[in-house]
Amino acid sequence: MNPDLGAAGLVINPELVAEILTRFVRNEIHRTGFRRAVFGLSGGIDSSVVAYLVVRAMGPENVLAVTMPYKTSSEETRRDSAAVVADLGMQTLDVPITPQVDAYVAAMPGITQMRLANKCARERMTVLYDQSAAFEGLVVGTSNKTELLLGYGTQFGDLASAINPIGDLYKTQLRQLADYLGVPAAILNKAPSGDLWVGQTDEGELGFSYDQVDRLLVLLVDRRWQPAQAVRAGFDAEFVDRVVRMVRRNQYKRRLPVIAKLTNRTMDRDFRYPRDWGT
Amino acid sequence: MNCDPENSAAVPAETLTPGTLRVALAQIAPRLGDRHQNLELHEQQIAAAREQAADLVVFPELSLTGYFLRDMVPEVALDRASPEINRLIAAAGPISLVAGFVEEGAGHQFYNSAFYVEAGSILHVHRKVYLPTYGLFEEQRYFSPGKRFQAFQTARFGRVGIVICEDFWHVSSATIMQAEEIDVLLCIINSPARGVSGPRIATAETYELLARTFSQLLGALVIVVNRVGFEDGLCFFGNSMAVGPDGRIIAQAPQFDEALTLVDCDLAELRRERLITPLGRDEQLLMTIEELRRIKRRRYES
Repeated sequence: MNPDLGAAGLVINPELVAEILTRFVRNEIHRTGFRRAVFGLSGGIDSSVVAYLVVRAMGPENVLAVTMPYKTSSEETRRDSAAVVADLGMQTLDVPITPQVDAYVAAMPGITQMRLANKCARERMTVLYDQSAAFEGLVVGTSNKTELLLGYGTQFGDLASAINPIGDLYKTQLRQLADYLGVPAAILNKAPSGDLWVGQTDEGELGFSYDQVDRLLVLLVDRRWQPAQAVRAGFDAEFVDRVVRMVRRNQYKRRLPVIAKLTNRTMDRDFRYPRDWGT
Repeated sequence: MNCDPENSAAVPAETLTPGTLRVALAQIAPRLGDRHQNLELHEQQIAAAREQAADLVVFPELSLTGYFLRDMVPEVALDRASPEINRLIAAAGPISLVAGFVEEGAGHQFYNSAFYVEAGSILHVHRKVYLPTYGLFEEQRYFSPGKRFQAFQTARFGRVGIVICEDFWHVSSATIMQAEEIDVLLCIINSPARGVSGPRIATAETYELLARTFSQLLGALVIVVNRVGFEDGLCFFGNSMAVGPDGRIIAQAPQFDEALTLVDCDLAELRRERLITPLGRDEQLLMTIEELRRIKRRRYES
């Protein structure tokens, strides 16, 4: 753990956070009339943390971890997912998505790497929501605060879920929680990757590390610094500018579609009920 | 429901002196927007409090409705004479009761209110004055603000004041309550957890700090009752407490869990504390009034 995360305002009390999030998962699932949970397990740190939280909340017999490899998925992904499953003893289902994705790809000559990655993410979403119905479990999301802010996720793909216990934790904070929950060291120590294509790493693709960007985001978002303040405090001006633009440009992924207003009561504008309405 | 083993039945009911107030802190998890179920929950808690010889049972802010109501506010509103509130008055019987509700007042204005029941009728209603509308809060969108902090005389517990949640964060409430010469301050809250970097939830620490500070400055018994449970991802943390007039925590309910916590408060402590530190006696209320008049002229009349 980086020793000066405390000074950066990124340290969490993992025991307290685990307690709140475990209760959150149980409460949100129970209040909607469900008793079980479904999520996609990738062997990365985010879905592993969710696995530990959901098993703590619901018991391993009530949790279904779905692995959904594509043909380019790495052996490491499979191995790390298996380690989490072995540790927690929850139910599992392996649904390779290669046949359906490749059937589509065959009809789409010239599909780009990015389109393919998004297609895979959305394919996994349809599998999870179908398994949600089959297993009678709520889909638990695995997107963290850093990804949600940067828009580093696929809309209606990995960003889709019914409840998300980790969406208010930066990646650096998730590492602290993962360590506390006993996530295997191999997962804690590997470079974060969406496993979108061979050799892909998040930090390689983004061009900065989670450690760097979390230090900036916590100032801009949580402490409401002006970008210029961050530059004066020593952050690279281009880096700050890029991050600010990413957060702004991806706002649409964090909201419902824009609805053209015609009446006095429009969804999400002046038809305002809590999500937990009636539960 | 648990009851705090340290405080429940610490003194057998029949040996209580008139100067001892046995308070039941009803730290519940109301169901959002479900008045019917919440009413039953209140009746169960009141019955349990009566079984344990409580003199007063205190429920959290908006205990009859839950907090994050948004457009449900007019749908769950009650007036003071409603059958639901009369059911609770009947359930309380001889003991006193504080609960929170959405009040529909004259002109169809809605208030975040609390009522105090004594001897079978409502003795006082407090309408929340400070409606937070920042960060996650949006109360001014739905509620009208109350216009006063008014204490009231009770039969057994001296002068009592009620504040609701954000009211407690404004020194004006404490100043007015001190001028009202209260003995007991009842603060009912719906506080969601925020701040998870330290050993305790940051908002829980702040409430403890406020309660201890106000109890000491006012030389009054301060009772804080929070709720537990979740609404739209908000985690209400509980940690209801009773703080003596010396700023010492007499009892604290658990974090996160529902509980009916009984606490015996010795009202003679008020006398002792005011002998030791007579802040209320020395308060220069007329000077404060004159100074506020001067400030009023400068800020609002010039």
